[in-house]
Amino acid sequence: MTTVNTKLNRRSFLKVSALAGGGMVLSFSWLAGCKPTPEETLGMPKEWFELNSYIKIGENGAVTLYSSSPEFGQNIKTSMPMILAEELDVDWKNVMVEQGNFDTNRFQRQFAGGSQSIRQGWTPLRTAGATARAMLVTAAAQTWSVPQSEITTASGILEHKGSGKKAHYGEMASLASTLEVPEKVDLKARKDFKIIGTSKKNVDVQQIITGKPLFGLDYKVEGMKYASIIHPPAFGMRLKSFDGDKAKAMPGIQDLFTIKVYNEDFVRSFFDVVTFPELLVIVGNSTWEVFQAKKEVKVEWEKAPESNFSMRGFGGGEPSTITVPEGLENTVDHRSKMEIVAKNSARVVRRDGDPESAFKKAAKVLERTYTAPYLAHNTMEPANCFANVGDEQAEIYGPTQWPEPISAALADRLGLPKDKIKINLPRMGGGFGLRAYSHHLLEAAVISQKIKAPVKMVYTREDDMSYGIYRPTYSATYRAALDENNQLLAFHVKAGGIPESPLHANRFPAGAIDNYLAEGWEIPSNITIGAFRAPRSNFIAGAEQSFLDELAEEMGKDPIEFRLELLKRAETNPVGENNDYDPKRYAGVLELVREKSNWNNPPADVHRGVSAYFCHNSYVAEVLDLKMEGSTPKVENVFAAVDCGIVVNPDAAANMGEGAIVDGIGNAFFGELGFENGAPTKRNFDQYRMIRQKEAPKNIQVHFVENNEDPTGLGEPLFPPVFAAVANALYKATGNRLYDQPFQPKLEEMSNLLM
Amino acid sequence: MAIINLTINGKSKQVDVDPNTPVLWVLRDHLDLVGTKFGCGIAQCGACTIHLDGTAVRSCSLPVSSAEGAEITTIEGLSEKGDHPLQEAWIEHDVPQCGYCQAGQIMTAAALLKDNPSPSDEEIEDAMNGNICRCGTYLRIKAAVKTAAQKL
Repeated sequence: MTTVNTKLNRRSFLKVSALAGGGMVLSFSWLAGCKPTPEETLGMPKEWFELNSYIKIGENGAVTLYSSSPEFGQNIKTSMPMILAEELDVDWKNVMVEQGNFDTNRFQRQFAGGSQSIRQGWTPLRTAGATARAMLVTAAAQTWSVPQSEITTASGILEHKGSGKKAHYGEMASLASTLEVPEKVDLKARKDFKIIGTSKKNVDVQQIITGKPLFGLDYKVEGMKYASIIHPPAFGMRLKSFDGDKAKAMPGIQDLFTIKVYNEDFVRSFFDVVTFPELLVIVGNSTWEVFQAKKEVKVEWEKAPESNFSMRGFGGGEPSTITVPEGLENTVDHRSKMEIVAKNSARVVRRDGDPESAFKKAAKVLERTYTAPYLAHNTMEPANCFANVGDEQAEIYGPTQWPEPISAALADRLGLPKDKIKINLPRMGGGFGLRAYSHHLLEAAVISQKIKAPVKMVYTREDDMSYGIYRPTYSATYRAALDENNQLLAFHVKAGGIPESPLHANRFPAGAIDNYLAEGWEIPSNITIGAFRAPRSNFIAGAEQSFLDELAEEMGKDPIEFRLELLKRAETNPVGENNDYDPKRYAGVLELVREKSNWNNPPADVHRGVSAYFCHNSYVAEVLDLKMEGSTPKVENVFAAVDCGIVVNPDAAANMGEGAIVDGIGNAFFGELGFENGAPTKRNFDQYRMIRQKEAPKNIQVHFVENNEDPTGLGEPLFPPVFAAVANALYKATGNRLYDQPFQPKLEEMSNLLM
Repeated sequence: MAIINLTINGKSKQVDVDPNTPVLWVLRDHLDLVGTKFGCGIAQCGACTIHLDGTAVRSCSLPVSSAEGAEITTIEGLSEKGDHPLQEAWIEHDVPQCGYCQAGQIMTAAALLKDNPSPSDEEIEDAMNGNICRCGTYLRIKAAVKTAAQKL
């Protein structure tokens, strides 16, 4: 048991008079699995009593828990209420879950990103649950005139054993909701958890499998118009002129105009990325009609000159001027530029010992360069948003991982106070980082304000894939200095990209090597980029873990044993002071994956690669087995060992891990977006190859380290190590080290050479 | 524009639309059946899969005029109470992550099981290969199809 001060999170426990709700579909926790009979379930109560902004209880004992963070498939709409329910001490089958709207007064951190929802929600949600429970106990103590300390709770029942008095939460909810919030509450000991650590089904699963309207694209109101946009065909271009007469005359088309997305003097937040400041808009009576009319607009584009705007950094602070260069960029030029810059001296980010001298006296130097292309997120639900903007207020309903940054832009652009702009949070058809950038919410709102009507704006797949906000292209050169006895003397990483460096200078193997140098470099571009599942880690992990595999081989060591030796050094006698990983937990996942994959006795017919990485506060090691079918590699098994602390919802956590592994395999083999004269070379799934059912592994095992650490990230950490596990297994299978992602083109080239 | 008569989930519906309008958009914009999803618009991702006389088709590329006289089934009409063996298997395996592609996955799987009640792993992979799941729930999809097949 831990006692926590509720004042730490006072904002979350303010009671608000107006209950949220109306229009939102409640999701039922008990659906499926062990579906109770109608007699066992509670119906809807006549009245709700709010105990705090996350919890309301009906007079019949039914419980509604608010899920405040945006849901895009990470399943926090189930797991975050599980944390509340645990400390509230209720029966999960009596729980309903309601999506909270964006509301900074009621909720904190309504942000799905950085794999931080559970980690940062852990103590606040437990405290919210425990606080409500304490208020129910106080209400029962007052009602029964007994000491609070003698009252126990279990599954939503209050009991005073001495007097034999018993009541369900609903009977005390009315009084409890009027009580002062206690200043201190006790949290459960882990051994007393009944809900956390048990697998609960996705609270939305019944609605998903029956096709109920859950997504932004599904939302509709009476009199709503439909809108579609036309953006420039290439980065570095802008609108010159257009002739929309023919499009306007088409059936169902109401209007055609241009919009400026942001006010020009607006100081943008870090997440207000906008690729094209001016867009053409077509408004009509149905999605199909506006999509058809798009094709009939005659547009003349011109090259955009260099431009500037003001933007604040990731954590806010003073704005700086961002320059968007002019020019139509090409992938071929990107590659040659990166090659040249990678050879120049770069920004030193970390230096331990004297790496330069160590390299000079090395008997042997191993040097390898790794590259990866731009990637498009390709969420299955294309960008869309509903907006209804009036003179006094606005309602927005669209997929966003982070409503807070865009709320300031909306207020500025619409000329409305922030508290008059309601942002509702639908379930999202994927996010992967892309939906942290909410330009589409602003675009829909500007269109609605202009046409003075509710509108749903829908991007085509081509609009979505060619809009930008991509995973950047990267390059990393690794060097290792070995002495005449093949001992490691020094390690050097120089990593950069367009337009950012993927370097994490203080991560492993920093801290494990006496002479260490990490350098970063960047090349500016007008192609917009954004967070993509495990930003930067999603490239540098693959490069680093491929290099360590080759280095281990060069040194004649088993790749797992080699990593463990380095980690032992970092644990017992660390180099430097800013190492941001725990070597013991890192070694723990490698040891677990070695055991679970039976590393030392692999099946005879598989080719095996290992990889490990730390990011988003969690540790992951993966072993991947390939089989060759002719010249085609097939992934048979993937074994993952994960240390993310306490796992709230184990089966759903395994599902997320499996998905990240499949995502990694897909991007390692196929993921690629190129550019010709500023235009993306792929605009739909006929060109952009996504991993499909046949390419998925036959088996995936996700093993969680059991410990009592508070939960850390899960949605991202299983993704970055996959790339090297694939590359290292491909080396075993083909005898060739692959340095450039995606791997499929090189594999095809190799297979053609064999024929 | 033209009056088109359709049979959707056993009910007669009449819409007044351009005959070239894909069935997907008739379902979503005109008939408020939004379980069928828009993903790519070019029959490459499978999110819009429905049944036309029992066969799985991509509704984003099917002009509504060519669906006249046929029986259309959407995810909303796959079962009366959401208890088709596939839907129950989807719950058992807790398949969805974001959930956006899952209606299309289920409709493709339902057509497969209708023709082939006990498919091999390879037959499942072949049938499901046209449906992209960006979240990567492929293993659970395959497991759920196998579970449903056992219950048929």
